[in-house]
Amino acid sequence: MSESRNAILGKLRAGRDAHPLTPPESDFAVLRNKRWDGAERLERIKRMMEAVHTEFLETTEADWPADVQAFLKAQGTRNLLFGPATEAGARLSTEWAASGMAGGPELIPYADRVETFKERLFDGIDAGITTTLGAIADTGSLIVWPTPEEPRLMSLVPHMHLALLRADALYDTFWQAMTENRWADGMPTNALLISGPSKTADIEQTLAYGVHGPKRLVVVIVR
Amino acid sequence: MGETSINFAKASSAALQDQQLRGNFRRAMDGLMSKRAVQFADTAEWNGVRTLGASVRLRALSKLPELLEKLEANCTKNGIQVHWASTTDEANAIVLSIMQRVNAKLVVKGKSMVSEEMHLNAFLEKHGIESLESDLGEYIVQLDEAMPSHIIMPAIHMNTKQIAHLFKQKIKEAEYTEDVAQLTDLARRVLRKKFATADVGISGVNMAVAETGTLCLVENEGNGRMSTTVPPVHIAVMGLEKVVEKLEDVPPVISLLTRSATAQPITTYVNMISSPRKEGEKDGPNEIHLVILDNGRSGIYADEELRNTLRCIRCGACMNHCPVYTKVGGHAYQAPYPGPIGSILMPQVEGLEKRGELPHACTMCNACVEICPVKIPIVEIMGRLRSEAVHPGDAVRGAGSHASKAEAMVWKGWSMTYASPLAYQFATALLAKLGNAAPASLPLLKEWTNVRAKPRFANRTLHALAREKGIPDV
Repeated sequence: MSESRNAILGKLRAGRDAHPLTPPESDFAVLRNKRWDGAERLERIKRMMEAVHTEFLETTEADWPADVQAFLKAQGTRNLLFGPATEAGARLSTEWAASGMAGGPELIPYADRVETFKERLFDGIDAGITTTLGAIADTGSLIVWPTPEEPRLMSLVPHMHLALLRADALYDTFWQAMTENRWADGMPTNALLISGPSKTADIEQTLAYGVHGPKRLVVVIVR
Repeated sequence: MGETSINFAKASSAALQDQQLRGNFRRAMDGLMSKRAVQFADTAEWNGVRTLGASVRLRALSKLPELLEKLEANCTKNGIQVHWASTTDEANAIVLSIMQRVNAKLVVKGKSMVSEEMHLNAFLEKHGIESLESDLGEYIVQLDEAMPSHIIMPAIHMNTKQIAHLFKQKIKEAEYTEDVAQLTDLARRVLRKKFATADVGISGVNMAVAETGTLCLVENEGNGRMSTTVPPVHIAVMGLEKVVEKLEDVPPVISLLTRSATAQPITTYVNMISSPRKEGEKDGPNEIHLVILDNGRSGIYADEELRNTLRCIRCGACMNHCPVYTKVGGHAYQAPYPGPIGSILMPQVEGLEKRGELPHACTMCNACVEICPVKIPIVEIMGRLRSEAVHPGDAVRGAGSHASKAEAMVWKGWSMTYASPLAYQFATALLAKLGNAAPASLPLLKEWTNVRAKPRFANRTLHALAREKGIPDV
């Protein structure tokens, strides 16, 4: 195997050295110059994401756990997968317990390795809630970095994904978000951009939502 | 042409008779072209991002060996195991050995063109491993036991009715329906069970970042995320040209890719994977393997002009805009990569003996070059390969394999006639007098006339007409 490695690299090196290539400068101005004003950013994010069937729930720092509970109750959602060790998760469990869970969705913690509850995850969970690192105006995308407290499958397997978005954590472009926050210094196991519910147009270019991932994406805007 | 030659002419003339197929393609390509144009309506922005994207790809190619080493080092540091394969056989063997070590019986696959190049499904089936495509289009094509007809939309050659019949026939619990939402939901139910139980997930790679050891995948369905997150082992296969230098090179390329491919400002998911499951993490594969495939690419890279083929980001826009592809569809090419990019890539990967016909599947209209998001000079390369096919040389495998004495003589005669005013005058005068008398069934001429009217020669030459107007011969 390392034989192939050396053969491939040797051949590439010989090919390149025989005909070196001088690439043009990479001018990122076209990305750097994409700017929107504060209010415009959120409007654009909503417009772009709604165009691909994302739903929005507007709420405040004080009220979001109760608003999420009321929303899910109205949808008839049976349960919600959450990360109990996050700050948002702690608020959900204390505030929902305090307000009484009667008739509302049951909270299910993602507290153990997936192997211990894979079947239930795929078969018995209606919704999952995660935090986000912000959103991108250019493309209408949420930035999600899963963590041990908020594992990768929370935003993928449940039929509905709720994503908490702080209204002040907005970027102009994907490029801006990654350069300003110096992502290149240390990438997480998995970094995601999520721009809507799962979709496909593979059958005669007819758009259908909810093919493998969530059928619904609900962005909870927290002001 | 050698025995192993693939007969594009025959396959395309069969495709041209198929009105259903032509309708399916025409409708789809027209839609894709107009939607893409909307995405790039701002010409200044298009020029800026396109120039940037091309520079990212060229910079990556200028340091290709170093970047691959850096990618290997950073992936290894992150816990991703890197494998190198010179040939598709070797790549298949690597994949199989990983499978056998973990005793895998079921594999779920995200969409990967390199795995098509490897004929990986057939190879795994032969070794008793069920390999299931999970991208809806690929799933449809696999159920139909066919090949993808487009690199982005594999089942674009079929309409809803055809897919409805296929599902009814091949999926046990299927009820006949032409409702796309219901068909999609059926596939969701079937495949969810498979994601949950698969032993291994296989994916391609849209871009690999040398700087951070990150594999980037774009998709809309979530099957790519499923395949790379749920099974305990993830194997990613990539062509060696897919590396980029820096993380910040990713946004412009993704922007060009998704807008060019399906006219979306971005896909539903951009999935960036930098490591297997770490201590304390609750999901994700325990092992990630990256298989870097050469399969002729290092040979392409050695030639200064042909090297540009490796800029490709596999958006498929060249297909959507190609007058030939749109008429004959993807299957006529009998190749994993059809359309303009396939017509220049396949002959270089598989040799001109087998694929020498493909560079002729082109009208040289330049539509693909104008929309290529990374400015690949496709038509120039097409011309170069036509020439390579008839001139023995060592730049491309099978160079000279399509040389014919008759063709060489025709060109020689043509150049002699055009080099001598006397010969030229004689020849044109002769054609003006006798050209119309030549039967349409003459060999060579027949190739043109069997589907077209024979052109009529004017009975006086342009020179004669010009002299009459008082314009002197030079």
